[in-house]
Amino acid sequence: MSSEITKELLESETSGVLKTELTLGLPGDSLVQKSGIKRGFSDVDLKLANYDQAESQPPPQAQVVGWPPVRSYRKNLIKNCKYVKVGVDGAPYLRKIDLEILSSYQDLLTAMGDMFTCLTICHVLNERKLMDSANGEEYVPTYEDKDGDWMLVGDVPWKMFVESCKRLRLMTSSEAIGLGAAAPSTPSKGSSTSC
Amino acid sequence: MRSFQSMLNYFPEEVLEHIFDFLTSHRDRNAVSLVCKSWFAVERLSREKVFIGNCYAISPERLIARFPRVRSLTLKGKPHFADFNLVPHDWGGFVQPWIESMVKDGVNLEELRLKRMLVSDESLELLSKFFPNFKSLVLVSCDGFSTDGLAAIASNCRFLRELDLQENEVEDRRGQWLSCFPDSCTSLVSLNFACLKGEVNLAALERLVARCRNLRSLRVNHTVPLDALQRILLQAPQLVDLGTGSFVHDPETCNKLETGMPKCTSITSLSGFLEVAACCLPAVYTICSHLTSLNLSYAPGIFSKELVKLICHCNKLERLLVLDTIGDEGLGVVALTCKELQELRVFPSDPYGVGNAVVTEEGLVAISAGCRKLDSILYFCQQMTNAALIMVAKNCPNFIRFRLCTLNPTVPDAVTMQPLDEGFGAIVKSCKGLKRLSVSGLLTDLLFHYIGRYAEQLEMLSIAFAGNSDQGMLYVLNGCKKLKKLEIRDSPFGNEALLADVGKYETMRSLWMSSCEVTLGACKTLAQKMPRLNVEVINESGGDQTEASVDDKVEKMYLYRTLVGPRKDAPDFVWTL
Repeated sequence: MSSEITKELLESETSGVLKTELTLGLPGDSLVQKSGIKRGFSDVDLKLANYDQAESQPPPQAQVVGWPPVRSYRKNLIKNCKYVKVGVDGAPYLRKIDLEILSSYQDLLTAMGDMFTCLTICHVLNERKLMDSANGEEYVPTYEDKDGDWMLVGDVPWKMFVESCKRLRLMTSSEAIGLGAAAPSTPSKGSSTSC
Repeated sequence: MRSFQSMLNYFPEEVLEHIFDFLTSHRDRNAVSLVCKSWFAVERLSREKVFIGNCYAISPERLIARFPRVRSLTLKGKPHFADFNLVPHDWGGFVQPWIESMVKDGVNLEELRLKRMLVSDESLELLSKFFPNFKSLVLVSCDGFSTDGLAAIASNCRFLRELDLQENEVEDRRGQWLSCFPDSCTSLVSLNFACLKGEVNLAALERLVARCRNLRSLRVNHTVPLDALQRILLQAPQLVDLGTGSFVHDPETCNKLETGMPKCTSITSLSGFLEVAACCLPAVYTICSHLTSLNLSYAPGIFSKELVKLICHCNKLERLLVLDTIGDEGLGVVALTCKELQELRVFPSDPYGVGNAVVTEEGLVAISAGCRKLDSILYFCQQMTNAALIMVAKNCPNFIRFRLCTLNPTVPDAVTMQPLDEGFGAIVKSCKGLKRLSVSGLLTDLLFHYIGRYAEQLEMLSIAFAGNSDQGMLYVLNGCKKLKKLEIRDSPFGNEALLADVGKYETMRSLWMSSCEVTLGACKTLAQKMPRLNVEVINESGGDQTEASVDDKVEKMYLYRTLVGPRKDAPDFVWTL
């Protein structure tokens, strides 16, 4: 996990940037790391790059037990509302949709159809697509998961999808070919993803 | 009935009692009881309200023996870090023995306030049946009970004035508990069931509100729809504190609400919005200008623009709770509008997310510059800088409670990459009345040196992932004379710090240390030296105390002063040393 974070940071570095390893020590102390400190972080080392703030986003938060210190009651409330951004290729602005109030992929398509009123749902065999009747363009719903990968919507059970979905994007069919969306004879994709 | 003669003898004491009646703070009462034996005697017989900060520090029997006339009892159970899942659910804090004891001794209990305690339906039933004058039940962050227990309270407490449930985990048994309030119940002044998950009978709720003419505070849960709320408000224009349920509806209902709102001229406190459609928010604009307290922190769906449109009407606000979706810009608007602000809490809307709406040091600085009366803050933020904290310390020297939580617990100053020692140091130097402090970010022993040196009034300190060595903890223990509660997690403090001044712990309520460097041997030594402390080790990995080695590091240790020795209800995984 830590090498992935480091890779992300390397990619977002601007020139002339230093990487500072995070340790707990007074300036001038030898950088000896004490053992019990990082217990809560399991295997992740926190490495922060000295980056230009305007450029990049902070690294993804490693999950520590009881951090941030928020009561479960509050955490559950927030969990129960899952607003994710929805973008459409070619549209200048994004919308937001609450996944918690939907209960199936069909609901999702309907909601997206309602939101982007120029699009209507069309089913081609067992695939889910939205179509812009004006220009005949087909859109395939895709999403970015917790690991930052772009996935085709519909492979995993609904609840699992809601858990892992960070944002949605309606990609034009042509762009989505790489995700295996174009082949109608593909057998149903089992839940092979592990989240 | 005293004879004339004895009245003369007791005259001075009656005067004392009359004077003591004016002392409402338990600290003042504790102080007068230490003056002399006769004052102790008068005070103890006249005390009606008792506050017990740690339910294991004393037993119910001794409480009742000393204060036989107790009518109002406040009890706190689990350690604070239990709120963040660091304490196993069945660690303890049972209210049952207290209720049983008070029933047995015929205490005339009228009020019970519990925090982080385990409350069973049986306890609630006992409470409702054996205290005929019971008036007020306040449960905060408790669990172990269901709506059946609430049904008992509703059915049996004939003079119930207050039922206030705050952030409890309550099992829903679908038993229509609210319908159990009899038609003869007209005494309710405060009803808060916002944390309940299940439905209530709306007609019963409306009738209840209609007949309780003294109802001042009503907070409903998310199952109460907007149209029901609208009808309720018509019945209760005298409400002072309103917690909405579901704030989602068709424009027609929103309009009806909007026209009805101006009649609610007494509402000064607004909360809820457990589900909310932004288009309905304008319905409350008319009452915003008299609001002194606003809690929008349960509503993740409201975005910054809508929040701002609401808040810009709230120029009398003294207390504001929001999510970080408000953003730095939104906080800027708060700073311009809410000049009377005393307390601000900004909670994280997306604790583990990346790049969603967050607040930074800029929002905090803006608030400190605009809201000079600020004395209490809880701020979850993406990043912080020393410069910002120094500015905040300069702008607001009146902080009593200062809690800052960076989402990444060891993040350094976002600009200089230095530890945040100087920033927090400025806060403790400037805020001479600081009683409660929570720190986070990259912090070294230097900060603790500052805390020990300057935080003279500090009573509660929370530390996580901070410090370099035992010296840090020693600075605090030696310096903070008024320290009552110290809680530390994931910090390199060990045996030397723990054992340096064992007498200190008897001047404190409790000490929590988890994932630190303290060993079992040191805990045992401490327990041996200090018989009036309970030193408890929580060991969740199973195994017996006899199998563990003295050199093993202790995962979680909780020690507290007590007058009644080791507790008898400790579960297997809690070792009392």
